[in-house]
Amino acid sequence: MSGELLRAEGIGKRFGGFVALEGITVSFAAGQLTSIIGPNGAGKSTFFNILSGALPPTSGKLHFRGRELNGLPQHRFVHQGISRSYQITNIFPDLSVHENVRVAAQALTVSYDIWRNRARLTELNARADAALDAVGLLGKRAELAKFLSHGQQRALEIAIALVSEPELLLLDEPTAGMGPEETKDMVALLERLADKRTVLLVEHKMKMVLGLSKRVVVLHHGRLLADGAPDEIRSNPEVRRVYLGQSEGYG
Amino acid sequence: MTSLSSCEAVAEPSPGGLGWLLEQRVLLSIAVLAVLPWLLPSQALAVNVLIYGVVVMGYNLLFGYTGLLSFGQAAFFGAGAYFTGIAIGRYGVPWFAAVPIAVGLSTCLAAAIGIVSTRTRGIYFSMVTLALAQLVYYVALQASSFTGGENGLRGFTVDRISLFGLPVNFLDPVNKYYVLMVFAALAMWFQSRILNSPFGAVIEAIRENEQRARACGYDVERSKLIVFMLSGAISSLGGCMLALHLSIVPLDILHYQTSGMIVMMVLLGGARSFFGPFVGAASFLILEDVISLWTPHWQIFVGAIFVLFVLFLPKGIWGTLADVVGIGKARQ
Repeated sequence: MSGELLRAEGIGKRFGGFVALEGITVSFAAGQLTSIIGPNGAGKSTFFNILSGALPPTSGKLHFRGRELNGLPQHRFVHQGISRSYQITNIFPDLSVHENVRVAAQALTVSYDIWRNRARLTELNARADAALDAVGLLGKRAELAKFLSHGQQRALEIAIALVSEPELLLLDEPTAGMGPEETKDMVALLERLADKRTVLLVEHKMKMVLGLSKRVVVLHHGRLLADGAPDEIRSNPEVRRVYLGQSEGYG
Repeated sequence: MTSLSSCEAVAEPSPGGLGWLLEQRVLLSIAVLAVLPWLLPSQALAVNVLIYGVVVMGYNLLFGYTGLLSFGQAAFFGAGAYFTGIAIGRYGVPWFAAVPIAVGLSTCLAAAIGIVSTRTRGIYFSMVTLALAQLVYYVALQASSFTGGENGLRGFTVDRISLFGLPVNFLDPVNKYYVLMVFAALAMWFQSRILNSPFGAVIEAIRENEQRARACGYDVERSKLIVFMLSGAISSLGGCMLALHLSIVPLDILHYQTSGMIVMMVLLGGARSFFGPFVGAASFLILEDVISLWTPHWQIFVGAIFVLFVLFLPKGIWGTLADVVGIGKARQ
């Protein structure tokens, strides 16, 4: 599959006098895993929040499958086919693991129905279980989400984002705060996802990103610094200077 | 963890077990309410448990399940009572038609208050609901030609009703209790439907994590407005029942003290549970009934008990009991 899925045109974002992003023009093709990297404060998370509708851009336009997204409220982005996870674990702690995913699955179909019994919506329940299976959490379906380990909670977040069958999956540092073992599991999960879906990944862990992605976009001080295949990025002198050379960049 | 095993009980209730019994929560509640007048010291007390149980149950939808702390629920309780009384007394509407009319009008009031208040969060939401409910109080106080002002609304006695052609003496407390119990049963059935529905899942998701609910594709503001209206509708039915019961509507039921009492009842019984509101209303009213027998300062004691609950049993009577016997979150 190829063809343009998402195009950002001249995206800028200001917070008062602070310029977080300026003139970002980039487009993402369907069916590949792209990573967005950059040092702390480069504007990655702001860019991500704009792509998922959580923040409106100050300037520029977003096109998804040829449709302009500017002005849509965040919850409509999901209905367009863009779903996201968060850098800080963002789940429904006091609901069961299954219910966490099931409630996300019903958002696109029956959300305001007050007459049907949700336990009998078997198709939704099966979809939720399938998403849990995909991230390896099916065995934990009856547990409360707050009792999962950190790594499992991160995987649950991905299942929540995945269950709406998004055309574009935005993952914000899915390995944040993980130990080596958990990171390995997550990388394996991301590799499986990248086979079938268009994934945009924000990450800090350079080696992981370069091994996983088909394409890497580098942000620095709110501007687009480089854009290309992992090998090009690795040898790009600008990138080496601002990012790879800094030990903290590997954080 | 007991709560883990109980979650499995939700998915596959074991037939015959305690879990199964609690699954039939509406029937179980009706069965308990049916014998309540003979368990409590007086039948008047039982009628009040019925009425406040419905009011608090409606409030629990908003506070317990959606996590919105409103200090203005008295507005809908009062609106249901006033609209019922005005419809019967002023416009000669038969009592069985006055109830749905009153609930409908009260739901419109909830929509108006909800549109303003659900745009705010946290303490601001609480304060806006409090202020708007006080506005309703002062409107009722000033519009005395309609509402009777300070004296309350009078002159709409329902003494004799006809049920499917059968004349029933509505002044008899037992008859009155069972007629009003039908309304309570309807309210419980409706509440149970909402909680079991997909929308019931949405409000819990909003309570758990508003940002994540929005990122899942939910229109959080719209959902809050809908639940605010549903909650107001159910609480207003309690108001209708009060009007039919007392044949007067005291102005006090619109006062913010009533809203505060509703919050106390739900915390006492246990928020986020189906049975909590009735348990809370019953406990509060029994305490009031018993303690006021030997001291006019009963509020001091009820207040102290309330503080002890908040400090040591934050899940309330029902929530704590459910934890102790190991049904945990099964029916919450």
